[in-house]
Amino acid sequence: MQAKKTNGSGNGHGGKVKGANEWRVKVGLAEMLKGGVIMDVTNAEQARIAEKAGACAVMALERVPSDIRKEGGVARMAAIKVIREIMNTVTIPVMAKVRIGHFSEAEVLQALEVDFIDESEVLTPADEENHIWKHDFRVPFVCGARNLGEAVRRIAEGAAMIRTKGEAGSGNVVEAVRHMRTIVSEMKRLTTLRDDEIMRTAKEMGAPLDLLREIAKTGKLPVPNFSAGGIATPADAALVRRLGAEAVFVGSGIFKSSDPETRAKAIVKATTHFEDPKAILEACEELGEAMPGIDVRQLEEKELLSTRGW
Amino acid sequence: MKIGILAIQGDFAAHAAMLRSLGAETAEVRRVKDLADCDGIILPGGESTTQLQFLKEEGLFEAIRKFAKQGGAVFGTCAGAILLAARVKNPEQDSLGLLDMTVLRNGYGRQLASDVFFEVSKLKKEPLEMVFIRGPIIEEVGKGIEVLALHEGKPALVEKGNILAATFHPELTDDGSVHEHFLKLAGSHVAAASQPR
Repeated sequence: MQAKKTNGSGNGHGGKVKGANEWRVKVGLAEMLKGGVIMDVTNAEQARIAEKAGACAVMALERVPSDIRKEGGVARMAAIKVIREIMNTVTIPVMAKVRIGHFSEAEVLQALEVDFIDESEVLTPADEENHIWKHDFRVPFVCGARNLGEAVRRIAEGAAMIRTKGEAGSGNVVEAVRHMRTIVSEMKRLTTLRDDEIMRTAKEMGAPLDLLREIAKTGKLPVPNFSAGGIATPADAALVRRLGAEAVFVGSGIFKSSDPETRAKAIVKATTHFEDPKAILEACEELGEAMPGIDVRQLEEKELLSTRGW
Repeated sequence: MKIGILAIQGDFAAHAAMLRSLGAETAEVRRVKDLADCDGIILPGGESTTQLQFLKEEGLFEAIRKFAKQGGAVFGTCAGAILLAARVKNPEQDSLGLLDMTVLRNGYGRQLASDVFFEVSKLKKEPLEMVFIRGPIIEEVGKGIEVLALHEGKPALVEKGNILAATFHPELTDDGSVHEHFLKLAGSHVAAASQPR
């Protein structure tokens, strides 16, 4: 019912029918992905494995976050040839990442007709001041957030889905947990406030009042709220689902593990049966080694991906 | 009346909200046992490949077929309509085969082709709002299937007996008429089952 509630609000088109409908099919596709796992893939073969394992969508990118972290340099939108091959290989939705603020990369992906664009902190930002004005696009966008203010700013710019930033490529779920708990508890608090107090919160959060008032009424974001950044095991996926994530993105966690196919399937299973420990146990039974993890506290400020964007 | 909603993956929460607004009780179905006391089941939108895999692993594939054969009402939207079809194309894949029809997956193309339309239907006087999201196309229907609404000349809402399928998403609109219609189907099943034999 989220699509219904958001219809015509916060879409920057003044409630015109055309704009409202565009917004609904954007949020509508995000609704269709709920309960599922969106997997990072870097080539058509990985995309095929992901689809076979039950991924509800794939995210095409040049390198998985843990490699970006290791190799450094500038991380950009993936090569068109690779994205096209992935689109031709699978029937599930194909997403692709663009650099924060890089609306030309986004225009290219829209021309390519990808199904969803991730304006992502995992890539090297192209603009340190501004994010993309996403209402200008017909393709839906997902954006990362660490807290409610950031989530609501992205929604105001036209994001049809929010995901926690977490700390991508770390294999460490701690930041995704922190961001999901923060967003959820800030929403809970909002539901207890009077309108005059919401105005003050809007000022403090740097977030638009109308969207905050809507969240104060419903206790939920007006778009689906997913989790990403450091999810590496079936239990990680179940944990973020328990904390309020409506679906899960897995980046390096699958194809950097010792057993991508089994692990992909196991994470899909745990994401659906997140409230059933026996099912999660079954999912974990056959697993080998997870990707190597990083203690996020040992990372230097400049190595953090989650602090990119605002 | 209690309606189960297949909650493997997809927009099951939107269906639940719509049914509750119409006064029906809902239950999330992830296991065969969740179907036990349901009068009907909804197969929501989402990814049919993901859903199909779980249906088979959980034994729900056979359980839903049995539920329908015993007269339980089944309503599939988008991916759910694909699962109900006897024949699936683009690519070929297995399905429950509860409706004699041929369905083309992603019939209109990718997300950029997703849109909202208003079409005439047999459910009510006013046009029915249809939200299509990477929707399938019903290419042909067999004998005995009633077409309740068309979009661009192709069946978009069809039914036969206790089985209803839509290639669009009524659960994403404010219009409850398709779900109301489904509740009637489920209700007539309840009434028939409680008749002395």
